[in-house]
This record gives sequence, C-alpha cells and structure tokens, in this order.
Amino acid sequence: MSSNGFAGILKLALVIGSMQLGSIGLAQADTTILNVSYDPTRELYKDFNAAFAEKWKTDTGETVTIQTSHGGSGKQARSVIDGLAADVVTLALEADIDAIAAATGKIPAGWKTRLDNNSAPYTSTIVFLVRKGNPKGIKDWGDLIRDDIQVITPNPKTSGGARWNFLAAWAWARDANNGNEAKAQEYVGELFKHVPVLDTGARGATTTFVQRGLGDVLLAWENEAFLSLEELGPDNFDIVTPSISIKAEPSVALVDGNVDAKGTRKVADAYLNYLYSDAGQKIVAKHYYRPFKPDAADPEDIARFADVKLVTIDDFGGWKEAQSKFFADGGIFDQIYKPGR
Amino acid sequence: MALDIGPTPTSAPSTPVGAATSETRLARATLIALALGFVGLFLLLPLGTVFIEAFRKGAGEFLAALGDPETFSAILLTLTVAGIAVPLNLVFGVAAAWAIAKFEFKGKAFLTTLIDLPFSVSPVISGLVFVLLFGANSALGPILQSYGVQILFAVPGLVLATVFVTFPFVARELIPLMQEQGTSDEEAARSLGATGWQTFWHVTLPNIKWGLLYGVLLCNARAMGEFGAVSVVSGHIRGETNTMPLQVEILYNEYNFVAAFAVAALLALLALATLVLKTALELRYSDEIAASRRH
Amino acid sequence: MAPRARIRWQSRQPSVIPGFGLALGVTLTWLTLIVLIPISGLLWRSSGLGWANFFALAFDERTVNALAISFGTAFVAAIVNLVFGVILAWVLVRYRFPGKRVIDAMVDLPFALPTAVAGIALTTLYAPNGWIGSLLEPLGIKIAFTPAGIVVALVFVGLPFVVRTVQPVMEEIDKEVEEAAATLGANRLQTITRVLLPGLLPAGLTGFALAFARGVGEYGSVIFIAGNLPYVSEIAPLLIVIRLEEFNYAAATAIATVMLFLSFLMLLVINTIQSWSRRRYSNGA
Repeated sequence: MSSNGFAGILKLALVIGSMQLGSIGLAQADTTILNVSYDPTRELYKDFNAAFAEKWKTDTGETVTIQTSHGGSGKQARSVIDGLAADVVTLALEADIDAIAAATGKIPAGWKTRLDNNSAPYTSTIVFLVRKGNPKGIKDWGDLIRDDIQVITPNPKTSGGARWNFLAAWAWARDANNGNEAKAQEYVGELFKHVPVLDTGARGATTTFVQRGLGDVLLAWENEAFLSLEELGPDNFDIVTPSISIKAEPSVALVDGNVDAKGTRKVADAYLNYLYSDAGQKIVAKHYYRPFKPDAADPEDIARFADVKLVTIDDFGGWKEAQSKFFADGGIFDQIYKPGR
Repeated sequence: MALDIGPTPTSAPSTPVGAATSETRLARATLIALALGFVGLFLLLPLGTVFIEAFRKGAGEFLAALGDPETFSAILLTLTVAGIAVPLNLVFGVAAAWAIAKFEFKGKAFLTTLIDLPFSVSPVISGLVFVLLFGANSALGPILQSYGVQILFAVPGLVLATVFVTFPFVARELIPLMQEQGTSDEEAARSLGATGWQTFWHVTLPNIKWGLLYGVLLCNARAMGEFGAVSVVSGHIRGETNTMPLQVEILYNEYNFVAAFAVAALLALLALATLVLKTALELRYSDEIAASRRH
Repeated sequence: MAPRARIRWQSRQPSVIPGFGLALGVTLTWLTLIVLIPISGLLWRSSGLGWANFFALAFDERTVNALAISFGTAFVAAIVNLVFGVILAWVLVRYRFPGKRVIDAMVDLPFALPTAVAGIALTTLYAPNGWIGSLLEPLGIKIAFTPAGIVVALVFVGLPFVVRTVQPVMEEIDKEVEEAAATLGANRLQTITRVLLPGLLPAGLTGFALAFARGVGEYGSVIFIAGNLPYVSEIAPLLIVIRLEEFNYAAATAIATVMLFLSFLMLLVINTIQSWSRRRYSNGA
C-alpha cells in the first residue's frame, strides 16, 4: 500500500507542478511590465494601472498587463539591484533610485531630469495622525517630546517615509533654534527616545498605531494618514498638520537596462508619462497625493490638503548629502541610537 | 477525536499506582493544569485567534477573501513550490538515510552535521545565500541573465530557498529509524536472492513507511509555510511570486485583516490537517509505529 | 546494534547491502548543490572582506548587541521550554485526562504553522489591546514590542523540541527503577529528582539545544512582536535584513557568517550530546 501511496502523491505533485508552470507560461503572452514601488502606493497604482491599461488599449489596440511589487523602499531597490526585472521603479526616495543607478548602471546617472518636477509626478508631506479628539493636545513638533507622549515612526534605515519624518523633525528643530544644528540633533535624539517600536516599513508602523493601539501620535505620509482615516474609520483618528513639514518627493524612473532587454521601452515610457497626464494627476490626487499639476485634479481633492510651510530636500543639500550625513552607517541616526548617551 | 480510550501508549500501562511510584492527586492535578495552561497560552490561543479574526466579518467575507485572484495564484504557487521541493527532498532523504544508516564510512558524523545545517541556519541567511549566489552582482547572475534564465524573483529561486530550508526534514526522520532497525532484514533478503531494488521496495520501504510519511508531512508543512527565506528571494510581484505566507503579509499591510487572516487560517487548516493525519495514522497503526517511534 | 559499529579507516565496510555508491552519490550531489555551494558562496564573499574589515563589521557594537539579544532571548525561551516541555511530556506519558490525544497532536503545531501566521496571531494576543495584553497592562507588564515579546514568539517556535525529544525516553523508563527507589526508602520527590530526571538529562539537553538553535535564527514570527529597537529588541536576523536594505552587503554577509559559524557550533554540541547519551545508554543497558 505504502509504495503505491507515495508514488501517487509524487505523481499528483508533479502534475500540479507542471500545470502551474504551464499557466505561468501562458500568462506571459501579452505585454507585461513590472512596476516596483514602495509601501503606501498599493491603492494608487491599483487604480492607475487599470486606467493606463484601458488607455493603452484604446490608443494602440494592445493589451498590457501591469504587475506591481510593494515593500519598503530600500528593500525594493535592493531587489532591483539583485536582478528583479523592473521596467519602472516608483520609489519613496531619490536616494534609492540613485542606488540602483550606481550599482547596476541600468538607469543613467542623469535620470532625475528626464521627467518634469525632478521626476516626481506627485509629492506628499509628513503629518501627525492622532487619536480622535486629539486627547493629548498635540499641535506641533515641540509637543512630541513631552513626557506623556509616545511617538510611532518606522525605522529611517529601512523605510523611505521614516527618512522624510526624520528630516521634517530636524527642519522644525533647526528652525526653532535659529539654525543651530546641535540643538536640532538634541531634539531629534529626544524624539526617538519617545519611540517604543521601530517598524521596518510605513505600513507596519501604521498597523502598530492603529491596530495595536500603541502610541499617541503616528508620524506618517499625508497620503497614508488620509488613507488610514478612509480605511479604518474617521471616527477613530484625526490629522494634525504641524507648523513646518517637508516636501516629500517620491521619484519615478524608467529602468533602461531592463526595458531594452525586454523590448518594453515604449509602453513603460508611456506608463510614466501617463502619471503626468491630466487623467493621471486626477487619480493621484484622489489617492491623497499632492499632484504636480493641481489644476488637473478635482478641486475637492485639492481642498483636503492643508496649507503648510514646506522645506525641501535641497535645504539639506540634496539627497546625497542628507543620506551620508544622517542615515549612512555611523551617521547621525546611528549616533542617536548609541546606548549609554 | 478519540478521548481517553484504550491503554495509554506507555510501556507500563496497567500497573496499579502505588503512592511510591506515583504522585499525589494534588501534584498530578497541578502538573496537568500547568501543562494545559502552557499549551493553551502558547498554542491554542494563537491558533484560535487566527480563526476568530478570519471569521470576524462572517463566512461570506472569508470565502470572498479566498476567491481573490491574487490569493488564488498565491495558493497555486505555494502548491507548485511544495510540489517540486518535497519530492526532491524525499528522494534525497531516502538516499541520505540509506547511505548513513546502512553503511559505515569515514566522515559520517560530519556528513550528518552538514545535512542538519539548514535546520539551524536562520531563514534569512537561507535566502541571502541564494541572493549572493545568483544576484546581479554575483559571478553567476550575469551569465544566467545573458541566457535569459531567471532564478531569483521567480519560481526557481522560491523552490531553491524552500528546498534548502526543508532539506533535513525527511533525512532527520529516517536516519535514527533506519539505524535502529539495523541491516539484518536486508541481509536476509539479499541472501535469499533479492536484487538491490527488490530489497529496498519490499523490505526496507515497508519498514520505514511511517517515518517516511511523517517526514514528508513535516517537510510539506514547512515548505508551504516558509516565510523568511522566500521573502528574501521572492521580489513580491503580485499574483506572480507571492506564496501564501507572503500573501498574508501583503494583505495584512493593506489593512485587509480579514483576508490576511483568511489566508492564514487556510495555512493553519493545512497545519491541522497534517497533525490530524499524523495522529490518525498513529492511532490506526500504533503497533507498527511503536517500533519506529520518533527519536 | 550490530557488533560491527566501529569506524574503520577504509572508506566503507564490506557489506552485502547494495546501493552505497548510488545513495552516497545522490546525497553528496544534492548536498553540494543545495547547501555547500550556496554556503561557500557566502563564505567566499565574506573572505573577500579581509580579516580587519570582517571583524570591524561583525563585531560592531550594534551587531554584538543584536547577537546578544538573539542568543539571550533564545536562551530564556529554551529554558522555559525545557521546564514546561518536561512537565508536558510527563503529563502526556504518565497521566490520563480528557483531550490528551488532542493536546499530544497539538504539540507539533509550531512545526506546521507558518511562522508569519504565528507572529501575527501572537501580536494580536499580546499587544496592549489584545486579549492577554490587556489583562497584563494594568499590572504594568508589557509583552509585545519588548524583549519579552521575542521570548514569547520563541517559546512558541521551540515548544515541540523538548517535548518530542523527552517523550520517547520517558516512555521507555522502566517502572522497576522507580519501584526499587521506593523500596529503598526514597519518597516520590526524591525518586523524581535523583532517579528519573538525571536519566532524562541527555534528551532534555538535546531538546533544549534544538529549541535554542532554532530560536537564534528565527525571523518570521519575531519581527511582528518585537519592538525592533536597536540595542533593545533588534534581533540579529533583522539586522541582516536592515543591512541588506541599506545596500550594505558587506555587513550583511559578515553578520550572516558569524551566525552560520555559531549555528554550526551548536549543531556540533547537539550531536556530541546525542552521541554521549547514546554511549551512556548502551553502557547502562
């Protein structure tokens, strides 16, 4: 009995296996492009991909399938470096695309100027998500280091969003102390003492704050904060916009090396450009990103965004400098976490 | 499930319990309570949580979550990966156990340790070694890529990582069993004129079938449930390279908690089915298995 | 065991059993392809770093902390599993109570349940707003997002090891030994601590070491429930992932190499304990 039984199981496994391989083969028949993106863009690209596929069908008669992959920005960039065949990358940070360009040469060094607005078709900023009614009265960055406050933010080492969080906090402290960088570091150091959990990605941090009920304030992408309200109930949370925040520019780029190898340059290029089209900008705004061309979006969508004083990455000397100063191994973030300070 | 019928599978079943060779009622109750509390706190509660969360919004939502095409493709992918990895390790496990248990040779202890190695290596490292081997900036990666062979972020990479992680399962199960059984049965068969294969099919295999099945069950459960190693080599392409455990993480990260726990519940059901199957076999064939009890 | 169980210096003992070449060939080929080549790839990469560089990366303060947290929590979890695993095995072998079969079967659950699922479920339970977490919160006890959370996850992951290594040995304990001890005037507690437990020591140690080894490398279940704070609740496998995401392959490789070396060391210890106990047993028999 036993030997037949095993042979049977083995056969069944092989049949299932070959069936599955066959179906994978078939799925490749149409043009397929892969968009490797970061965590909070899942809902945005779900909508946008459908719109673009339809548009492409009308324009060219071809069917295009857009695959997406989401995760922490750094992890996604690493996968592309290790050979994940992305046609386009839409990541949280310019620095992550620079890393791909430097490590693989599949993206030319001057990629940033190939598309409008530093290759950022949409921007966002960092806001505070607090519990309904703002019971702790959190209004600005200064409140976050009060004794009774716990702050949730992901790890700047692994999360693009968290790096924007870090820089926004720094910008506020630097401004409040008349440009004194030492004071700014003191503030940010103090801030991270109020962080009980460092999740690896923005989504993990949101879950910790929302589902686990941990912390009094979540430092989040504006689009993530709005999405949390939408998905998890506006009765539970409020958004607080601080006096200063940062203009977060998630960048997009064509991966030339991959699209040329796969012969998908035309469609991948059109895909990125469609982000800048009126239709694309409308979708972007609907998903709580600040569009590059606000006029193209629904005015009601635009009205949701609060007016806030925004610094930019250039105020930190650009990403290259910010990356090595703050987030590189042994940089300011590592110094903040040195024990026994 | 059969509760408390028949003799317990102890070596001394019906010895009358004297005070000197048994504990007081109080001590017994305390120990049972401790053991049950421990099992409840660390095993039953987490398991129950999975099912409660999955059905939080009713069976309809649960089924809808499983009907999602991306989830469906994750299920298929998981079956594929396990369907390839488990038979490979089954063949390997039998061969390794045959060589190690039936023969004496130099370096055997070292070989055994090497076979065990994947078991104690962190799953993250199991994924990392394949990234280092096949990644775009490795020696092998660019060559394979120029031939259009995709290992990482595709089915082959997932299979490799899974085979690595489940590598020792069948062998570990079989080696002690076959060592205990010795070689006399096989020697007898040979002396009666059986060929090598006949000896294996008709003498060895029937002796080890329960251990083999148990090894395959565990190997399969781990293959389907592996998270850390496949996470490193998957690339997370939706509907393409996400296995079930990765799909759980993705759904969870999309605030789709019911769907996440629905897939998790499916995996848990699989785990339970494995355990039920194993227990049922033990009940039915307890005599046969008595000799081949786990090491 | 047959009297011929002694290792000779020739490569194999003469035997009438066929298939040695085939079986060893398959074993070695498969082992080389799946385990040895990938692992030597890792070692080769880290040898490219040079000693000074390797030591700087591998014994960086944060790495040492992460390793200490991994080993520390795995050790505590293995101790918990040793104590409760022996009790559980004892209860399963010696006592009859309703639901025993179910409990016995459930012990293998952590082998079969995916670790990510376990992690999410445990976090749901032990978070401050979870069923268990909310009971402990007023007492000032925090489990999730602290090192204690890591221990909880590792207790779950390592639970079957002690039970499953100790259980068969317990089943084979001869009642006569206990009766003899009782006849000689030992009370029950003395019989257990002086007679029974020492006999269980090798099996218990093996189970402990297995649970410990498994716990050190665990990733999937831990990242959900640990707070992942550097120097506090950041485990070594997570640090490897973090280094990878910083594109710091050198550091990731160095940490991985250290962990690999330690795993191998632990396996050697386990195998030594096992062969020691086998010798003990065959001497005693």
